[in-house]
Amino acid sequence: MTTVPGPADGLTAPRPRGGIVRSVNDSLVIARRNLIRMSRIPEMVVFGLIQPIMFVVLFSYVFGGSMQIGDSTSPTVYREFLMAGIFAQTVTFATAGAGAGIADDMHKGLIDRFRSLPMARGAVLTGRTLADLVQTTLTLVVLTVVALLVGWRIHEGVPKALGAFVLLLLLGYAFSWIGALIGLSVRTPEAATSGGLIWLFPVTFISNAFVDSDNLPSWLQPVAEWNPFSATVQACRVLFGNPGVSTSDAWPMQHPVWASLLWSVLIITVFRTLSVRKYRSATA
Amino acid sequence: MPGAIYAEGLVKTFGDVRALDGVDLDVPEGTVLGLLGPNGAGKTTAVRVLTTLIRPDSGRAVVAGTDVLEHPDEVRRSIGLSGQFAAVDEYLTGRENLRMVGRLYQMRAGAAKARADELLERFHLADAADRQARTYSGGMRRRLDLAAALVASPPVMFMDEPTTGLDPRNRQELWGVVEELVAGGTTLLLTTQYLEEADRLAHDICVVDHGRVIARGTSDQLKDRTGGERVEVVVHEPEMIDDARDVLARYGVAGAGRGEVSVEEHTRKLTVPVTGGAKLLAEVIRDLDAVGAEIDDIGLRRPTLDDVFISLTGHAADRVEEEGEREPAAGGRKNRKEAVK
Repeated sequence: MTTVPGPADGLTAPRPRGGIVRSVNDSLVIARRNLIRMSRIPEMVVFGLIQPIMFVVLFSYVFGGSMQIGDSTSPTVYREFLMAGIFAQTVTFATAGAGAGIADDMHKGLIDRFRSLPMARGAVLTGRTLADLVQTTLTLVVLTVVALLVGWRIHEGVPKALGAFVLLLLLGYAFSWIGALIGLSVRTPEAATSGGLIWLFPVTFISNAFVDSDNLPSWLQPVAEWNPFSATVQACRVLFGNPGVSTSDAWPMQHPVWASLLWSVLIITVFRTLSVRKYRSATA
Repeated sequence: MPGAIYAEGLVKTFGDVRALDGVDLDVPEGTVLGLLGPNGAGKTTAVRVLTTLIRPDSGRAVVAGTDVLEHPDEVRRSIGLSGQFAAVDEYLTGRENLRMVGRLYQMRAGAAKARADELLERFHLADAADRQARTYSGGMRRRLDLAAALVASPPVMFMDEPTTGLDPRNRQELWGVVEELVAGGTTLLLTTQYLEEADRLAHDICVVDHGRVIARGTSDQLKDRTGGERVEVVVHEPEMIDDARDVLARYGVAGAGRGEVSVEEHTRKLTVPVTGGAKLLAEVIRDLDAVGAEIDDIGLRRPTLDDVFISLTGHAADRVEEEGEREPAAGGRKNRKEAVK
């Protein structure tokens, strides 16, 4: 009878590691695992691409002719206005992916496996959100090409445009932590998907993303102007040099880059703390 | 000196359900303890407490010399967990799964790779190593899950219903692996619904019901308490029951005569507790033939989990609460306010 193999030449003895090194390593191991998964379920990535492209086409050509941006009703102006909104909405959809992925891991017992291992506590969630960040980047690249095809342009130079994309990715990363908390809080991946999307509609529509917020009912205007999502959209319009930059006196509209950064950092801090706490007591 | 797995007064409630109601365990190093009980008895909850996944409401647990509540991360370095739900990533290959677990046990990449190859070979998964786990059969998945639990060669292993849902061939194979592990000095706590499995693998057995240990001992001791084997006979005609009963009474273990033979009139089935095993059957058949009792069926029935339960609790094992421990219907997730460090 063969025997169960023991440690390979003592190499398997766990080596002591500091907290931060372990956190980073474990997060990267989990991120890699999630990226491999994504590459093996390409249809999910493809659907993730089709949705924003559909929004671009629908909004540009269905609403384009009837929208007033500043003084202009030109569909061309609306298309340039629209893209910052679509970019921002697209990155927030990472919420649903993170939520569904983590709920699925809970459901399948993988979270139990991970929690029984001597790994860093937050790594399962950090790894997932990092993988989503990679997917979001890919989606933004494709969407940028589509945007250029429908007539969107950058007018303030490449460095500022890159700055806008960094803000977008940061917003997407922040929202994927909201998704992580949702994924840990629901019982099924299906619930996480719908729970991750439903609230995004009011958040992304009660904003400056698709309409000029100056045209909103006056009681909705402050909501839209202080919406974290609006700050990023405004910042992108400024950095891309696109039309329809809000002239409101509200602080986030006057200082959109700072507002966008602060909102994203705040969301990450709050939701990462809540998620990691929830993870520690997570049960399938 | 407490054993490799030691627990004292573990209590865990989920809403109104007392999943653990004062459980004490002591598993000496290098031995196997079988936790035997029906679904919802508290077996899985006990494993989850001992593997740091949930905190008990009260009680104390020490695994591999380390306090589970005070130093959960140190405990995690010394344990392997293999569950009934085969927790592997189905979109990763077998090899990728094992390497990932190795890395998360804080092994270097090279060591994790070597260990994965070694285990794939050992568990007859080398040919399927580069296929995604979702293409594996149930038995292969279970072997991969067990391999994942063994990546760090942990001195203490927990296996939660390792063979539930496996076909007999895969079950046999898994038992072989477990026996090798134990021969190599691993301490094992195993939960099962099958007396046969506990009998085969465990040195000591704890029977649990409604969160309590209701009996403990070796399998022989438990079998003695359940009355051991019985001979079961189904006669062809109802008129033959009386003659058959006289014959069976002679073989009864307690010598209590006809009273010891239980009879089900409508199925024409007679049952009597016996000792002496299979060779007794031939004698019973010959004697029944001699009195002219034609038989439809005869067999030696070994004690089952139900027998253990009936004899220990006076009620049959309550199998209604499917997965009751994992997702209590009452109370639910809201009430699980555990926070494990």
